[in-house]
Amino acid sequence: MNRLAEQLAANDMAELGLHSNNGSSAVAGPSFQLAAGNNPAAFAHQFIDAKSEKNSLIKIAHGTTTLAFKFKDGVMVATDSRATAGNVIASQTVKKVIEINPYLLGTMAGGAADCSFWERVLGMECRLYELRNKKRISVAAASKMLANLVYRYKGMGLSMGTMVAGWDEKGPGLYYVDSEGQRISNDLFSVGSGSTFAYGILDSHYRYDMEIEEAKDVARRAIYHATHRDAYSGGIVRMYWVKETGWEAFPLEDVGELYYKYHPEIQLTNSVESPLAVASSA
Amino acid sequence: MSIMQYNGSAMVAMVGKNCVAIAADKRLGQRALTVDTDFQKVFPITDRTYVGLPGLATDVKTLHDRFRMRVNLYKHREERTIEPKTFAHLVSHMLYERRFGSYFVEPVVAGLDKNDEPFICGMDVIGCIDWAKDFVVGGTASDNLFGMCESLWEPDLGPEDLFETISQALLSAVDRDALSGWGAVVHIITPEGVITRDIKGRMD
Repeated sequence: MNRLAEQLAANDMAELGLHSNNGSSAVAGPSFQLAAGNNPAAFAHQFIDAKSEKNSLIKIAHGTTTLAFKFKDGVMVATDSRATAGNVIASQTVKKVIEINPYLLGTMAGGAADCSFWERVLGMECRLYELRNKKRISVAAASKMLANLVYRYKGMGLSMGTMVAGWDEKGPGLYYVDSEGQRISNDLFSVGSGSTFAYGILDSHYRYDMEIEEAKDVARRAIYHATHRDAYSGGIVRMYWVKETGWEAFPLEDVGELYYKYHPEIQLTNSVESPLAVASSA
Repeated sequence: MSIMQYNGSAMVAMVGKNCVAIAADKRLGQRALTVDTDFQKVFPITDRTYVGLPGLATDVKTLHDRFRMRVNLYKHREERTIEPKTFAHLVSHMLYERRFGSYFVEPVVAGLDKNDEPFICGMDVIGCIDWAKDFVVGGTASDNLFGMCESLWEPDLGPEDLFETISQALLSAVDRDALSGWGAVVHIITPEGVITRDIKGRMD
């Protein structure tokens, strides 16, 4: 890690631009200004709370529910939209699906800045690949590019758990990539603090041969249940469908309204005698 | 994360014209996990004195039981119901008894005294009383509640206007706090009686 720091520091740090590092890596990436000293990563760690474990000066937006699954007509991607800094809800309208290009989507969990920055870099690399090779990049190659990009910074505090979904020559593609360097392909993933709740719904309702409407229902329910139980997930449900012609976004759905849609029997009365009474719908 | 944030809560009391209001959220959580969305944290002490107990849920239960016992003993000895101000001092004393190993609760007392005068006060975990003439707040959303109350509250609100004010203050505050919300309950205490209303809120 120190060797990396030295190598990065040796580069011209006067301006923070996008340029490659002495061609030492297969993929060209950006370089960053580093704090002076032997271990700049450790210095920065003192002040940055990357995993919401301490009360640091710099709090990183955390808490998420994201999911994606393959089904017969493509890939469904769904997320919540809440960002929290500590207990404070910083935003209820975050875009946690990153549109890399018309055929590739990335999801955001962990550090919001890390995800949006590195998936933007990935978008650039994918475009360069297209120009160089006169064909679209495969999901496998794109996800591996992202994994390699962040692996160079392993141990320096990057925090991201992302799913890369897309459509290439082989059909639908879905990969999980994180800042620890992991990269896995599977039919179904959920990432974030609300992922356990989402998995609960997905495991009991997911089938590969679903129609699109059913796939939307399952994805919506999984996100909704996660937002209900997980304090750090909420806001609105965003859903995307990746198919042969590229991805398609669906209208946003507010979780605040979904609760009463899923529980039509709940009609709180305002009667003084029995304020807790639930009016029966029968 | 401090133990005061373990279960999550939002509590607010306000003074109106010849009336007081106390409101709280209904969440019981274990850190990020929401366990119950119908948890009671405001309790009637007499017909016209209520206490709200934001903080650690186990202490909410314990303290409510102990308050009930002490208020019953008071009733037997004095042959009259306890006044809100007297009850506040009782609560304060009981908290300071645990000065070096405190309950993790910041009580809020709201009520009308024998002359129908509004009374509210708040307390820290070891019983330092915050005498307020306008509003008091507590719980994980207390910063948010302070902001809402400072902008929405005005003097001499009638029961219905006070209900609207306290409800909007609470709902807006919990919508910016991850650890409280999931519905709310409001009590309006008037000389004629108490109006209790449950409020729909965002369930995320």
